[in-house]
Amino acid sequence: MLRYLLEKEFKQFGRNKFLPRMVFMFPFVSLLVFPLVANFDVRDMNLSIVDHDHSPMSRRLTQKASASGYFRVTQVADSYERALRGIEDDTADIILEIPSGFERDMVRQRSAAVMIAANTVNGTRGGLGSAYLAGIVNDYAGELRAELMASSGRLVTPSFDIIQRYRFNPHLEYRVFMVPAIMVMLLTMMCGFLPALNIVGEKEKGTIEQMNVTPVRRFEFILAKLIPYWVVGFVALNICFFVAWAFYGLTPVGGVGTIYLFASVFVLAVSGLGLVISNFAKTIQQAMFMMFFFVVTMIFLGGLYTPVASMPDWAQRISDFLPLKYFIIVMRSVYLKGSHVTDMLQPLTALACFAVGLNALAVVSYRKRS
Amino acid sequence: MPGIQAQNISKRWGALAAVDDVSFDAGPGQVFGILGPDGAGKTTLFRILTTLLLPDSGQAAVDDLDVRRDFRKIRSRVGYMPGRFSLYQDLTVEENLNFYASVFGTTIAENYHLIKDIYQQIEPFRDRRAGALSGGMKQKLALSCALIHKPAVLFLDEPTTGVDAVSRRELWEMLLKLRDQGLCIAVSTPYMDEAAMCDRVALMMQGRFMALDTPASITRGFKHRLLAIRGDRMPALLRELRALPGVLACHAFGDSHHVTVADDLDVAALARTLAESGHKGVEIAPVAPGIEDCFMALARDGGEAK
Repeated sequence: MLRYLLEKEFKQFGRNKFLPRMVFMFPFVSLLVFPLVANFDVRDMNLSIVDHDHSPMSRRLTQKASASGYFRVTQVADSYERALRGIEDDTADIILEIPSGFERDMVRQRSAAVMIAANTVNGTRGGLGSAYLAGIVNDYAGELRAELMASSGRLVTPSFDIIQRYRFNPHLEYRVFMVPAIMVMLLTMMCGFLPALNIVGEKEKGTIEQMNVTPVRRFEFILAKLIPYWVVGFVALNICFFVAWAFYGLTPVGGVGTIYLFASVFVLAVSGLGLVISNFAKTIQQAMFMMFFFVVTMIFLGGLYTPVASMPDWAQRISDFLPLKYFIIVMRSVYLKGSHVTDMLQPLTALACFAVGLNALAVVSYRKRS
Repeated sequence: MPGIQAQNISKRWGALAAVDDVSFDAGPGQVFGILGPDGAGKTTLFRILTTLLLPDSGQAAVDDLDVRRDFRKIRSRVGYMPGRFSLYQDLTVEENLNFYASVFGTTIAENYHLIKDIYQQIEPFRDRRAGALSGGMKQKLALSCALIHKPAVLFLDEPTTGVDAVSRRELWEMLLKLRDQGLCIAVSTPYMDEAAMCDRVALMMQGRFMALDTPASITRGFKHRLLAIRGDRMPALLRELRALPGVLACHAFGDSHHVTVADDLDVAALARTLAESGHKGVEIAPVAPGIEDCFMALARDGGEAK
């Protein structure tokens, strides 16, 4: 029986003008575009310099800032007010004001003040930009102090130098963080939501009415809906692996088998969620809206864009109930750290619980109707 | 007894009684027609009998199987054609038929003789997608799919709605042939003229059966005098007639008005009254009541009884 149903589903899928293309386009587009666009690396900030000192030392500071690669000196203003106007009309993002007497203070007191002002309409950009700039200024201050001490003939006091090393993502590239998460997103859509939409579609068209008077059992009917999309989901996942390798040089440090194992459990869980939705929705429009709600919740609270650990406590509690969160953790761990199944028993248990729980809920919510 | 037995079936949707205490029997080799306007409860009744819906109360058996207990068995013994076209529009004619045959564990070849007359008419289009068929052809395909597993009972929910006159007649001819092969056929329709094709009919309104008999007995049960009246200005004539004493009811009916009048009404006097009020070309003739007249009378009496 299942064979006939599957035959029909694959026939319909293949005959659909849109879906098969989507399976190939979606991984490419989402992996090639999203990580480049959704990027928190701050570059090319427009820097406005207000130098009241006009000394060799202040000029060196300006040069250091523009040589760092983070800043583009777009304006050299003669007053802070003038520079602020630059921020107002968006030609400058950040202001570095060097007061007169900067060099004198530095030489006499070994310290001097500068002011950094940033446009923080975009908080991330403003915050990171001023942090970078502060780093450059401190760096320069250390350098100057060393030079001054050396020239004054006194002993150079040794100082600590902190060398930062970033593990697993040495260049702190955001796309390395994003790519595995986008694969999770894709599986959610293809294996969780597409079959649910298909089932609701049969309700809307009325074809399910005819199916219901055949000896086909409900379980077989649903399984025949899920299996094709599981296949499609895994095809798409492999396309993702390829795209990640071909365009970002990213290959999982851990085993592909580990990913498949977790992906299978995850797919069961989101399929269950999709079925619950399909039980409640009467029309595709309703189903779409419910899915949109879940997708947005999961994207923002599941840690796709921003780390769960930096969310407020209550949000972290909510994210504990999102299957997406666990699978994103797993994908990042396997891709970047090479974690094994044994390192990730907790997410595995969580995902298995979701798979069982959501499918049980699907059965219950189906029984309760009519 | 095979066929359909329904006893005191009721189904409510909130405050609305969709099916209200309905009982009937239909045997093999019989066409049982359920006539009623939209919203009468015909579809709900069919969905109960085809196990798609549970009744709130009452008993029903289809082909000797209980609709509650043996719903799985019933599903392989009945053919159901919903009012809305419910086959896969993105599959071809042949694929649809093949699919339903295999789902019922049979093949087209095995039961070809059953659908031959109908299927032959759409066979030239076997590679066309079902969605691209005309209304009449869709119905023929749907009927073929409902018959492919050799059901004992056939449920057709408004099979002639939205179908042209020629296809309608063809469809009925096929149904009568199937009946002669011993099938029990339950068919619902909003078209009163189709009652004549049925062996027995039920007139359904607001969830209740107002009458249940052979079409001939139902028309015989019409107790009043009925006149067919025509004139040059039909709408004005209708208004005028309704206001006259001695006229019990008046309905537009094709090219004349069917007027139910009191038994002692003087037809000559009626003609004079109409002429005096300026109606020209008035023709008055007694007419034999049809099912529609009976339906109207029953609906009116039911309304008054409430």
